[in-house]
Amino acid sequence: MSIKEIEETIVEEFGYYDDWMGKYEFIIELGKSLPLIAEKYKTEENIIKGCQSRVWLHAEAEGDKIVFTADSDAIITKGLISLLIRVLSHQTPDEIINADLRFIDRIGLKEHLSPTRSNGLVSMIKQMKLYALALKTKML
Amino acid sequence: MTTVAQHKIVLDVEHIRKDFPILSRKVNGKHLVYFDNAATSQKPQPVIDATNKYYSFENANIHRGVHTLSQEATSAYEVVREKVRAFINADKSYEIIFTKGTTDSINLVASTFGRTHVGEGDEVLISAMEHHSNIVPWQMLCEEKKAKLKVIPINENGELLMDEYKKLLSSKTKIVAVAHISNSLGTINPVKEIIALAHEKNIPVLIDGAQAIHHEKVDVQYLNCDFYVFSAHKMYGPTGVGVLYGKEELLNAMPPYQGGGDMIKTVTFEKTTYNELPHKFEAGTPNIAGGIAFGAAIDYINSLGVENISAYEHELTSYALQQLNNVPGIKFIGKAKERASVISFLLDNIHPYDAGVILDKMGIAVRTGHHCTQPLMDRFRIPGTVRASFSFYNTKEEVDTLVKGLHKVIDMFK
Ligand SMILES: Cc1ncc(COP(=O)(O)O)c(C=O)c1O
Repeated sequence: MSIKEIEETIVEEFGYYDDWMGKYEFIIELGKSLPLIAEKYKTEENIIKGCQSRVWLHAEAEGDKIVFTADSDAIITKGLISLLIRVLSHQTPDEIINADLRFIDRIGLKEHLSPTRSNGLVSMIKQMKLYALALKTKML
Repeated sequence: MTTVAQHKIVLDVEHIRKDFPILSRKVNGKHLVYFDNAATSQKPQPVIDATNKYYSFENANIHRGVHTLSQEATSAYEVVREKVRAFINADKSYEIIFTKGTTDSINLVASTFGRTHVGEGDEVLISAMEHHSNIVPWQMLCEEKKAKLKVIPINENGELLMDEYKKLLSSKTKIVAVAHISNSLGTINPVKEIIALAHEKNIPVLIDGAQAIHHEKVDVQYLNCDFYVFSAHKMYGPTGVGVLYGKEELLNAMPPYQGGGDMIKTVTFEKTTYNELPHKFEAGTPNIAGGIAFGAAIDYINSLGVENISAYEHELTSYALQQLNNVPGIKFIGKAKERASVISFLLDNIHPYDAGVILDKMGIAVRTGHHCTQPLMDRFRIPGTVRASFSFYNTKEEVDTLVKGLHKVIDMFK
């Protein structure tokens, strides 16, 4: 599926919840089920700075696509990353770099995009795009 | 805690809450429960009005003009210096230096007193529970001077080990800098004893009073501290204003901090002579509006009475400790016998960040994270805590709301 299509699916899923509680319960569920990053990648280098919780992110090229794995010690953060991974993992570098990720706003989680939230969602997106850029140059 | 608890509580909190417009705000559709007072306190109407009035009708630069507005502004600003003096019972009003805040005050002392008194091989003594503001300026000084930063350890309850402290005081120690009250643990440190012990060896002491000044009666002459520092914004006043109290003799011997207007007596290109205290340390146009509003904050605190505030907050804290104690899986970080209205805790293995996000959704403002005390968090081997800190405008009902909120949090993450 394309990034846009996945975003649409997520927006639809979140449409089932009309209050914050339901939404967050869903995010927490996602957080609990996020496939963990391989232990060997939970290194100091893979930690994303600027988060109140610790976030590890690893990227790998698989053919012409990029695969992300991640983990965090906070569950809400983990749930948010799992959404990002669902959208951005297994996509090409160009698609990742150009993704506008409007779905975050559309599912009512825009507040997490504020740079002061210190949950690192912004740093996470930036880091994923940087990985895409770096792996793109390698693939060329 | 025992002695103050017997003080009859005479605060009409319901009435007091009306003085703080922000307290009637809704957050995420819920009534705001503001429990982040240790970060900054809310402002009562008289403080807001004083700022407004100053800019509307009184604005002029101070210490410079002969015109009426300038003279009025100068006296309004200088009256506040006297109010601060009386509030902390300093001997002279020129021992009160206005700064930008606690951080600025500590940097001032480290850069002036520190630079002239600390040399290679010397030591600066702080404690394990200091705020980064009372660590980093000393660390920078020590790096520059090839001096050593020494740390008074604490026990599991978050209390200073006084025997270790005594052992750490030596002829190499050039200054001791400790918090009066810990912003992460709520511990009230025995500062009078700390000061007396240092003085036996002629070592000056700086007390970081950022968390104490609005909760406890502070008398700098009784404490006999050499420096006492605090911020107006934690005592119901504006941001960007703070105080450095210093003993006259020490302040006089210190070189100036920043150069500029107001701090000089005469300037030629060859030589500048410096102004007298307090102006020697107050270069440039200060935060005049902030200073004047700070005066309104002190008046406000005085109108309630620091003893009343202290007694009310102690009682509310005891109540909160009792209620929180029933929350399953709660673990308090900081269990000092002498404690102020700051409660840090963890819920089983729920990350403080997760708890903070959900509480916020319920309109409850707590602080999560390391509270600018990373070495202290490392000491307890935790990433951070959830911290609830109370003020005199908080109520038992709000504590109950927090407890309910925590039950919800536990439910959601189970
Ligand atoms: C104990 C302590 N020291 C210093 C500070 C720094 O105060 P400010 O940021 O107002 O300079 C704080 C504020 O959080 C504090 O709690």
